Amino acid sequence: MTDFLLELRSEEIPARMQAGARAELEKLFRAQLSAAGLEAGDLTVWSTPRRLALIARDLPQATAAVSEELKGPRSSAPPQALEGFLRKTGLTQDQLEDRDGVYFAVIDKPGRATAEVLAEAIPAIVRAFAWPKSMRWGKDSASSESLRWVRPLSGIVAIFGEELVPCEIGGIASGFATRGHRFHCPGEITIGSAADYAEKLRACHVIVDHEERQAIIRDGAAKAAADAGLSLVEDEGLVIENAGLTEWPVPLLGRFDEAFLEVPPEVIQLTARVNQKYFVVNGADGKLANGFVCTANIDAKDGGAEIVAGNRKVLAARLSDARFFWEQDRKTKLADHAKKLDRITFHEKLGTVADKVERVAKLAEWLASEGIVPNCDPALARQAAELAKADLVTEMVGEFPELQGLMGGYYARAEGLPDAVADAIRDHYKPVGQGDDVPTAPVTVAVALADKLDTLTSFFAIRLPPTGSKDPFALRRAALASLSTIQSSNLRLPLTKLLSIAVRLAKESSQVTASNRHALESGAPVLGSPSLTVLVARNGFDEELAQEVWDVLDFFADRLKVQQREAGVRHDLIDAVFALGGEDDLVRLLARVKALQAFMATEDGANLLAGYKRAANILKQADIAVAPAEAGAGGGSAPTTTAPAFAGATDVDRVLLAALDAAEPAAAAAVTEERFTDAMAALASLRAPIDAFFEGVMVNDPDEAVRAYRLGLLARFTGAVHGVADFSKIEG
Amino acid sequence: MTEGAEKKVLSFQDMILTLHAYWSARGCAILQPYDMRVGAGTFHPATTLRSLGPEPWNVAYVQPSRRPTDGRYGENPNRLQHYYQYQVILKPSPADLQEQYLGSLAAIGIDPLLHDIRFVEDDWESPTLGAWGLGWEVWCDGMEVTQFTYFQQMGGFDCKPVAGELTYGLERLAMYIQNVDNVYDLRFSDAVGDVAAVSYGDVFLENERQFSKWNFEVADTDTLFAGFKAAEEECKRAIDAGVPLAAYDQAIEASHLFNLLQARGVISVQERANYMARVRDLAKGSCKAWIDSQSERWTAKYPGWTL
Repeated sequence: MTDFLLELRSEEIPARMQAGARAELEKLFRAQLSAAGLEAGDLTVWSTPRRLALIARDLPQATAAVSEELKGPRSSAPPQALEGFLRKTGLTQDQLEDRDGVYFAVIDKPGRATAEVLAEAIPAIVRAFAWPKSMRWGKDSASSESLRWVRPLSGIVAIFGEELVPCEIGGIASGFATRGHRFHCPGEITIGSAADYAEKLRACHVIVDHEERQAIIRDGAAKAAADAGLSLVEDEGLVIENAGLTEWPVPLLGRFDEAFLEVPPEVIQLTARVNQKYFVVNGADGKLANGFVCTANIDAKDGGAEIVAGNRKVLAARLSDARFFWEQDRKTKLADHAKKLDRITFHEKLGTVADKVERVAKLAEWLASEGIVPNCDPALARQAAELAKADLVTEMVGEFPELQGLMGGYYARAEGLPDAVADAIRDHYKPVGQGDDVPTAPVTVAVALADKLDTLTSFFAIRLPPTGSKDPFALRRAALASLSTIQSSNLRLPLTKLLSIAVRLAKESSQVTASNRHALESGAPVLGSPSLTVLVARNGFDEELAQEVWDVLDFFADRLKVQQREAGVRHDLIDAVFALGGEDDLVRLLARVKALQAFMATEDGANLLAGYKRAANILKQADIAVAPAEAGAGGGSAPTTTAPAFAGATDVDRVLLAALDAAEPAAAAAVTEERFTDAMAALASLRAPIDAFFEGVMVNDPDEAVRAYRLGLLARFTGAVHGVADFSKIEG
Repeated sequence: MTEGAEKKVLSFQDMILTLHAYWSARGCAILQPYDMRVGAGTFHPATTLRSLGPEPWNVAYVQPSRRPTDGRYGENPNRLQHYYQYQVILKPSPADLQEQYLGSLAAIGIDPLLHDIRFVEDDWESPTLGAWGLGWEVWCDGMEVTQFTYFQQMGGFDCKPVAGELTYGLERLAMYIQNVDNVYDLRFSDAVGDVAAVSYGDVFLENERQFSKWNFEVADTDTLFAGFKAAEEECKRAIDAGVPLAAYDQAIEASHLFNLLQARGVISVQERANYMARVRDLAKGSCKAWIDSQSERWTAKYPGWTL
């Protein structure tokens, strides 16, 4: 068993691509070996900016011999068929075996030397390697077919045991020689085998193991800060990036002028991190301090003094720019910045950002004045919404777009606006992703929700919903953020009405025309079909508006299912409640779904579902509707044959009837009062009687009157169930 | 250039002369700046047009570069509307291009065991030239001092072979070497005998003040718009007439007039993309015409070469 070392040396590989490259190298190597019948066991893959390395341990000297059998033509077949077969197998006729009139070729493939397999595998791996972006270089690039690599490939080390694996690609031949650190050890070094590779490189100022470099940076940066009485602001992304930029990382602490600390800390951190890849540090008070940690790639002769001085200067220039923006921006009031928003296009069919701001202001004000967002001053909501986007035209946000919102908040506070307004401006983009804080302050909630609902309805109104994996306007995220905001504040809002207002607003300021109208038949909604008609009927919408509101609602329902799936809520139960139609209060809907889920987990629930399915089947065979077309809270009208006084009724029938008489109003009242667990309990009381009913009587009684009576009972039963949820949507 | 006992920090002009000597010794023809207003050294036809086609091409030159929107009336220590780029083009890109480049840094006095030199990913793209390449920005102690690019396409055409392009920001490098914080404090030339040293500010401060004002406030936008249109039409006429070098001059002219219009703040966001596309069409058209005018010669001289 022998170890194999491969090093592919190149000019500097972008830091962000190195992890992917390691995975790709491992994948391709395994595939090559496996195609040759070798199992690549334990693999070590390392990367530095200048090399990708792979060590495969304990490979056999040769692949196993295999014998392959190919079936050929019948011996009676025309000679052309035989000739073809001989060509294909490379055998002569006397080497074939004739078995019962059919030719067979038995080809014994002896084992191949592993070194030979590797020699072929390396060029194949290099050619097949998928980089996010690759390039051509050098004189060979006069031809379009020249080798592509992420940056020019400059050397290959391939050693099996202690023997060279000879191969060549793009004019580069494999060898024992590699290079050490670019500046500390610029000459060639000779590698003996996989065993001495890492240590020989280390002696030449290269730490080839990326994880070791990451640890040096992680610990060294923390120590550099701690030695100065500071604490490092941890940033694993920066650790990995700096490890991808260095072969010999040396974290160094520097200080910058304390006066820069007047600039908001987020700005300083962003400047340091994004532009310079520096860590920032906190002081003993936990606040950002005037220090940074950069990661050099050399052991400098002077201990790094010049490097720190140089980096400090660069950071100072960057921070001066930031301070200039900070000062410049505050010379103008946010309200005046906001006036420039009419020069920025939001979307060509949706007008300017100023138009959007006005829509959001109206919506936010409405959410407050209707009491939908409780304890929210409508005037403050309007003011915050009007100023929320003003920072988009400031110099700072122009330079650092990721500071949108945050800077507006700072500027609002600096000009003495109420905290509620400043907070709302700062946080109205939240939550920006999973795990982000969800706003709860009333004014913030009103603006955040209005902003996202406007974005959603606007793009739906101009028929630009997300398609497949394409969601250029981040509408899925907007819907999800809206849902979290509504849930986290327990907002009781009629989504249908709210969306219809948003759609109308969007249309007023957009160039939406009748040509955007689409056929109502197309793209039929997947939730309970009565709802669209219900929308038209209940709200007095015209069909176009109803369709648009419906599309957004439907989109919300999908997002809700995605969101709730992660919380362990069953999507079929959401469908079961949505399918009743008319339910657009998300808080109520979820409470109902959760009660239903708890109920379905009980034995009563499971049995009731079984009883329901059986009843529904029987009704279907008898051509009777399982539930009224528009199921309301009370269940609805069962056939009149359920008159209690029916003479042919047995005890079992009467028990079920009595149970229904009790359960129906109880469930209805519980639903109305949003006591959903009680509603489930009311349904549970039907379980024993329905089980006894199926046990004790025959529905399809020879007596037509008895049969009609019992079908009626079942219809009432399913109707009563539908008063709580559409059980036909429930799986299982 | 003297490696004397006491090593003197190079003046701005000596730094340029040192780079000239360095690249001249490596076979580069030392060209002079192109005599038109351009935004970067890449616009020089010695880069744009000569990076196309199979012929070897090794040149170095200084190119004054104008970025009207970067003007700060001489008040910002780091930003200028007119500055210098040092441009090196080596086609095909030599295998030791990185080493050659690092040698040039050593020549102007940067010790890589004292200063942290890094190659940080930075892919280059010029939407107005229809060009892109892969490479790095080279950092010296955290400061970007050079753009290092392997050209992959120019004017929408594959570079065959690929040229290596080095673009040094001369003022930044000089500020670094001379250890000054304000560009206007740079020592442009040294005192010699009775003749006093000249600073960068002596040469350019007033230019920055006046040109910032003209770029942002004075330039007549109607004239600029008309000039853009005229250059556009002239470029097309020159292409039709089979004189791509003259056509390309007009593409450069249109590009600079567009930059001035942007500085005057009269081009909206939507129009911007449209204007850039028009400049790109001119640049691409000129490149195409250049290729058409040369390809017969190229294929005769380099059998098997194809576009």
